Amino acid sequence: MNSVIFLTIVLLALSSYFFGRKKAFAIRSSNTRLTALPKFYGYYLSIWCAAPAFIIFSLWSIFEPTVVKYVVLQSFSDQGLLEGELNLIFEKAKSLSRGQFSGEITTALQAAADKYASLRSTASASKAVIILCLLIASIAYAYNRLSKNNRTREPVEIFLQWLFFFASLAAILTTVGIVFSLLFQTIEFFKIIPFFDYLFGMHWYPAKAFVRDASEALDPSMYSDTFGAVPVFAGTFFIAFIAMCVAIPVGLLSGIYLAEYASKKFRQFAKPIVEILAGIPTVVYGFFAALTVGPFLKDIGTAVGLDVSAESALAAGAVMGVMIIPFVSSLSDDVINSVPQNLRDGSYAMGATKSETIKRVIFPAALPGIVGAILLAVSRAIGETMIVVMASGLAANLTFNPLESTSTITAQIVVILIGDQQFEDPKTQAAFALGLTLFVVTLILNVIALSIVKKYREKYD
Amino acid sequence: MNKIEAKKVNVFYGDKQALFDINMDIPERQVTALIGPSGCGKSTFLRCLNRMNDVIEICKVEGEIKINDYDINQKSTDVVRLREKIGMVFQKPNPFPKTLYENISYGPEIHGMAQSKDELDQIVEDSLKKAALWNEVKDRLHEPGTGLSGGQQQRLCIARAISVKPEVILMDEPCSALDPIATAQIEELIDELKKEHTIVIVTHSMSQAARVSQQTGFFHLGKLIEVGSTDKIFKNPNQQQTQDYITGRFG
Repeated sequence: MNSVIFLTIVLLALSSYFFGRKKAFAIRSSNTRLTALPKFYGYYLSIWCAAPAFIIFSLWSIFEPTVVKYVVLQSFSDQGLLEGELNLIFEKAKSLSRGQFSGEITTALQAAADKYASLRSTASASKAVIILCLLIASIAYAYNRLSKNNRTREPVEIFLQWLFFFASLAAILTTVGIVFSLLFQTIEFFKIIPFFDYLFGMHWYPAKAFVRDASEALDPSMYSDTFGAVPVFAGTFFIAFIAMCVAIPVGLLSGIYLAEYASKKFRQFAKPIVEILAGIPTVVYGFFAALTVGPFLKDIGTAVGLDVSAESALAAGAVMGVMIIPFVSSLSDDVINSVPQNLRDGSYAMGATKSETIKRVIFPAALPGIVGAILLAVSRAIGETMIVVMASGLAANLTFNPLESTSTITAQIVVILIGDQQFEDPKTQAAFALGLTLFVVTLILNVIALSIVKKYREKYD
Repeated sequence: MNKIEAKKVNVFYGDKQALFDINMDIPERQVTALIGPSGCGKSTFLRCLNRMNDVIEICKVEGEIKINDYDINQKSTDVVRLREKIGMVFQKPNPFPKTLYENISYGPEIHGMAQSKDELDQIVEDSLKKAALWNEVKDRLHEPGTGLSGGQQQRLCIARAISVKPEVILMDEPCSALDPIATAQIEELIDELKKEHTIVIVTHSMSQAARVSQQTGFFHLGKLIEVGSTDKIFKNPNQQQTQDYITGRFG
């Protein structure tokens, strides 16, 4: 039923566009000056047709279930049942009315099911009727105004403005919503775990929290030394550091090659390939790291008498670096390319060689942009999860030995949230705390990166 | 005496021919102006003289260009040495995003012309003085060169060009982005520079060509229509086309 209504609205909106335009031509042929281009007459009618109907349609769809549930459960409301029990009855009635219920059928339940079915059919029929009426009314209203040759361009423009406004509002509100949900859970977490224990604690051992029986009372003292974030942060920055040690030199040099040395033909061919590399799913890099690089490093380590764990920070960091290379390369290539040609000409005309020009003129000029690119790459490295989960183990050891396994913020969030979770549990809330911290760190990095890039743009505009 | 002798120079951008059989002699320590309508090839010819066209991938130069009797279009030419001897000033002032001092010291440093910091300081001072910029900037040598006004930036670029003591200075419409006062300063400077350097200047302004040059070449559609002393070109040209262009009847 919903899809029929939906289709009707769309079809009517489409045809009213042509209808409105035709009306505009008719007005024009009667030697009246139009107030706008004919297409605006079409848009005007079309918007009046679709917008009110869609608004009512979506409001109805949002509120219908709530209202139906309220009415169905009214007969049970005086029995002093808990909310969960009421929900259960409602679900039972719903499945009974669909004929999917296999439990014991009481008369009360049967009555509720019947009521549910009749309410649903009344609701959908009246929805169809109301929307159809609304469609006819709004088209008639708009057509009437239109045939009086009222203004159409301004209302259309105002409508579009509001449409864009609501789209951006939706984008902003979801972000704000996510941040707030992180924030509230984090606050809950810090009610149990002291903030400074989290920030400066040297042991991260969330597995301890798995042991707790849900029926036991929560005793904060049992979590001392469980949620210390230092090892996780150290691991994150350590792996990101290894990754950048790989990505910055290789990416930057290949970016310089692409921008300054490569022939146009090679560049046209190589640049898309580099950008495709950036699109390889990280999980692919992950098993490459876990199954190829990790064991390879272990074999080398054994050969030279070093104790290398099969899951090492080095394997994860190096592969993550490889993953980021295209990112750094492509961005620095863009930045270097945007250095004005006349600076190159100026340097060449002084008799500078290509490498002198790059080192002394182009690189300094492009440096702010390159720094911005690198900071963006760092925030990607910090946010990377899959490679670490697969290649560097899950135990958050506090170590700066690249040959041992360590873990990162994102990997720990995965560890915590895999499997069943209880929401009221510090273990789950720890994930939110980590998430919020990660968000703040990458936010700061991104703000710095963007402001540097912006400053750089101003310089040549 | 001729500093530069060009014989049968043809230039191609891909399939398109930009210059046709250019023969031109450029006398030493004089100013030679190249005039002509937009797209006539005068800038392309100028860029042949220090092989700046090498930078453009699709550009191909044929023919012989002799500077001090040495053909610079040979494969064995050391372009770095060539450009050290032949400086260039561009249409749009293009100071490096470095300090004023570094802008000037760049050339001497990459060519190893100064043995000590004092020597380098001296070169920077001399170049800025010759470019008539010293008095305006001597107190802020370590500020960025991009902070100067357009005319000052262009004089900075001239100072940068003369810092390596080139024999020839090529100027590609050096005043087209400048106001009349800055233009007058540059023209005065050109007059001064010709005592020590051979100057080739591309210009859109015929009055500028008449003011600063001793010799003028008129380009049209990739061909050198006429070349001769500036007096003759502006007062009594041999070609009707030149006459038309000079008097503003076309172009």
